[in-house]
This record gives sequence, structure tokens and C-alpha cells, in this order.
Amino acid sequence: MSRNVIIAEFFYCVIGLTFFLVGMKALKDKTHAKPITTAIFWFILAFTFIVGPYVPHWVTGICVLCIAALTASKRVIQSKSDVPTAEATRKSADKLGYKVFIPALSLAFVAVLAATFLPFGANNAIGISAAVALVVAFVITKAPAKSAVIDGTRLMDNVGPVGILPQLLAALGALFTAAGVGTVIAKGVSTIIPDGSKLIAVAVYCIGMALFTIIMGNGFAAFSVITVGIGIPFLIMQGADPVVVGALGLTAGYCGTLLTPMAANFNIMPAALLETKDKYVIIKSQAPVALVMLLVHIILMYILAF
Amino acid sequence: MELLKLIGVLIVVIGFVLKKDTIATVVIAGVVTGLVAGMPFIEILNTLGKSFISQRTATLFVLTLPVIGISERYGLKDKAVDLIKKAKGATAGRIISLYLAVRALAAAFSLRLGGHPQFVRPLVNPMAQAAAIAKFDHVDEDTEDTIKGYSAASENFGNFFAQNCFMGASGTLLIVATLNGQGYEVNALQIAMMSIPVAVIAVLVGVVHNAFLDKKLASSVKKGEK
Repeated sequence: MSRNVIIAEFFYCVIGLTFFLVGMKALKDKTHAKPITTAIFWFILAFTFIVGPYVPHWVTGICVLCIAALTASKRVIQSKSDVPTAEATRKSADKLGYKVFIPALSLAFVAVLAATFLPFGANNAIGISAAVALVVAFVITKAPAKSAVIDGTRLMDNVGPVGILPQLLAALGALFTAAGVGTVIAKGVSTIIPDGSKLIAVAVYCIGMALFTIIMGNGFAAFSVITVGIGIPFLIMQGADPVVVGALGLTAGYCGTLLTPMAANFNIMPAALLETKDKYVIIKSQAPVALVMLLVHIILMYILAF
Repeated sequence: MELLKLIGVLIVVIGFVLKKDTIATVVIAGVVTGLVAGMPFIEILNTLGKSFISQRTATLFVLTLPVIGISERYGLKDKAVDLIKKAKGATAGRIISLYLAVRALAAAFSLRLGGHPQFVRPLVNPMAQAAAIAKFDHVDEDTEDTIKGYSAASENFGNFFAQNCFMGASGTLLIVATLNGQGYEVNALQIAMMSIPVAVIAVLVGVVHNAFLDKKLASSVKKGEK
């Protein structure tokens, strides 16, 4: 293994350990309704992150089937967390002032600096920045060391099983490609894209991302399907910069998120929370901006990618 | 039957539309697609396992959670509230614009402000409503609804379009993992940098949109007076 791979595996072990601790938290929670199955879910994930690379791939494949079975049967639920009280956070905010932003700011800045100036790669830069920012957080807040575990597992548990969705969708994209799904979509789409028209290809990709997101309510899922089916054959393989296509492709999908009641947690539930008369008032307010932004995406991608 | 291979796409669409468990939907879509394409089951497991391991990149965001969690415990959100409260006395549109800018910056630095329940309902909407009442004495129910809509929308604009500027954001990592899985070498720094133009433009478009809200409020109140 090269040096950078060893560092990356170390960080994946830390993530695995986080999953393991979320599982332990569920086991220790006396009020938990499904402690065993919840813990098994997190332990399996931990296993794939720590041991996965050293066992035959079909073993990991089975692990993925198991976690899907566990979430499908609703056997994975949050456990009780040590949530800070409003009084405690207010008191500490008054004491620390705006300094409390520094750890989070260093998270972003150190990641960029480490990716630019250190020879360990951009992925490892994220881990390095997390470590540096954690030290900064301890210095500024004088938090006890156990806070890293308590608050890290609290947030992970908060995110829940859905946190693994991006990784699964990326894997689905790979499976789609292996099965030739991209080629089938590409063949169908090729009838509406005239040969060599880059602008129309860009428009079809961006609008396709938005439409698919409107239907599914989830930009992440649309990204893996539309990028494999349209983005790669009609843009990247025609010479478009994959960085531009990828970065703008996902946010083009978000224009669709702004327009759909399918994205209920962004567009419908908040309306209920605000007790609006019209439950679609948020989508109506968002529509003009969403359409302008979709146009912006098409123009930007056309200019920047070629 | 070539078209049969699209059944996986169909399963993903149906699963998400019917709000079935997302993880199971994605896994079933993958397995069925493999079966339809004539891949042996063990080959499907191998492909699934291999890509799951190589796409662990997409889950690197977990490493940033302890820092964010500790910052929250020590008053991160409270200070964000303090920042927004400084806008007292501005117009409704400007208050919403200030929140949009703060929300976009927070998203770009992966701060989880907690969105609608923690900021829009208790802070942004009441401040915007109060500003409108201070200026026009009275707002009718429809106008109140519109202000609520704009307040909630600013949360989504800032959150969606700025979040990928952070290298460790799950969207950024999804893009990296997907493209790497297809054989294109891109990294999180490149994606984060390329996400900045859209974030900046989104804030500008939102600010203009909110300026129109102020105009709309003024004209609807005038109409009411006639």
C-alpha cells in the first residue's frame, strides 16, 4: 500500500470506530426499543469500513444486503443522546463570543490548505482538517476529551442510516455502468441531441437533473442516474471538464428540489411549521429563483466545461 | 430486451416517490438491474461490495462531525442568532436577505444551522413580519403567508447552493465518488472550488428576489388603502 492509501485506511478506521460507538450507544440505552438490531446495523457498517478491503468483495456485498434489510424492516432507530440544554449553550456562547466559529472555520480552511500544499491528496486533507479543527475546538472551548466521542456519535446518530446513502448511490452508479444501463439511456437520449450540439447536450443534462429530482425529490439519486446516462456520454466523453459537469450537475438538480412537493422536508413540512394558509407557498416563492438558477447552470456549464 | 435494463431506474423512481426506505430501494434497484442484465448473483455481490468499498470517500463527512458537535454544544447556533438579530430595523426583504447570506456562508463551512425549525420559525419569519408591520402598520393574511414563504425559501437557497463549497460535504463527496467510480480522476478540492460560482450567484439572485418582495409589499399595501 502506498503512503496515501495507508493514511486513507486510517481515516476509514476512524469512521468505522464512530459507527461502532453509535452501535454501542444504542446497546447502552435502556429505553431503546430496538437496541440489538440497531447495534448490528452500525457494527456491520463498521466492519465494512475497517475490514472490508481485506475480505472478498462478495462478503461486503452481503453486508450491504443486510443493512438494507435492517433499514427496510425499520429495525434501526436513534438512541438517546446527551443533548446540550439551551441554557448551557447560551451561557457558553456569551462566554466565548464569536470565537465559537473558529473551529468550524478552520475545518474548511485547513482542508483547502492541506489539499493544496500537502502531498497526501484531497480526500486525506478532509481527515487532516478534521483532526486539526478538533484540536482547535479543544483549545477554544476547553471541552473535555470525551466530548469528541459524545458529540460526534450524537450527530452521527442524528444523521442516521441515511448518511450512508451517498456512498450507496455512488456504488449503484457503478453497478448501473457494469450492467450497461448508461448505454441504454444514452441511446434513447441521443435521438434528442443533434450530433455535436454541446449547448443542447448541456441543457438536456441540467434539465434532466432538475426533472428527475422533481420526480424523486432527491438530487443525490438523480445525480447517479443522469450523470451515468447523460452527463458522461454526451458531455464528458465529448471533451467537457468532469469537474464542471459534476459540480454544476448536482446543484442543477437542486433547482428541481426547490420546485417539488416530493422534497417534503424542505418545502412542505416547513410550511406546516410556519402555519401557512397555503401549503405550497414555499414552492411558489422559490419557483422564480429556481428557474433563473437552472438557466444560470446551463450557461455556466456551457462556458466553463468546454 | 435492452430496455429491461432500465428497470433499476424505474425502481429508484418508484421507491423514492412512494417514500419507501431509501437504502433498501437503492440496493434492490442495483441487484435487480444486475439480474436483468444477466450477471450471476455472486458477480452482483462482488460488484456491489467492491464499489461500496471504493466509494467510502462519499462518507468522509463523518470525520467532521465531532468538531461540529462540540461547536454546537458551546454555543455556535446562539452566536449565529446574535448575528442575525443585529438586523433589527431593516425591511422584511433585507432581513431575509441577511439570513440568506448567513445561511449560505454557514453551509459553505458545513455549519448545520438546523434550518426551518431552529432559525426560520423562531427568528427570521418573526423579524421579517415585525419589520413589515412596523413599516405598513398592518399586513393581511396573504401578505403574511408570502413573507413566510420567502423566509423559508431563503433557508433552502442558502443551504442547497452553498453546501458543496465545503470539501467534506456529502454532496461534494458524492460527486467525487461517482466520477471516480466511472474512471474520472477528480478530487474534493476541485469540486468545492467549482461550486463557488453557483453559491455566489444564488445569493445574488436571492437578494434581488427579496428586494422584489419589499416592492411587492409596498404595492399590495397601497392597493389595500384604495
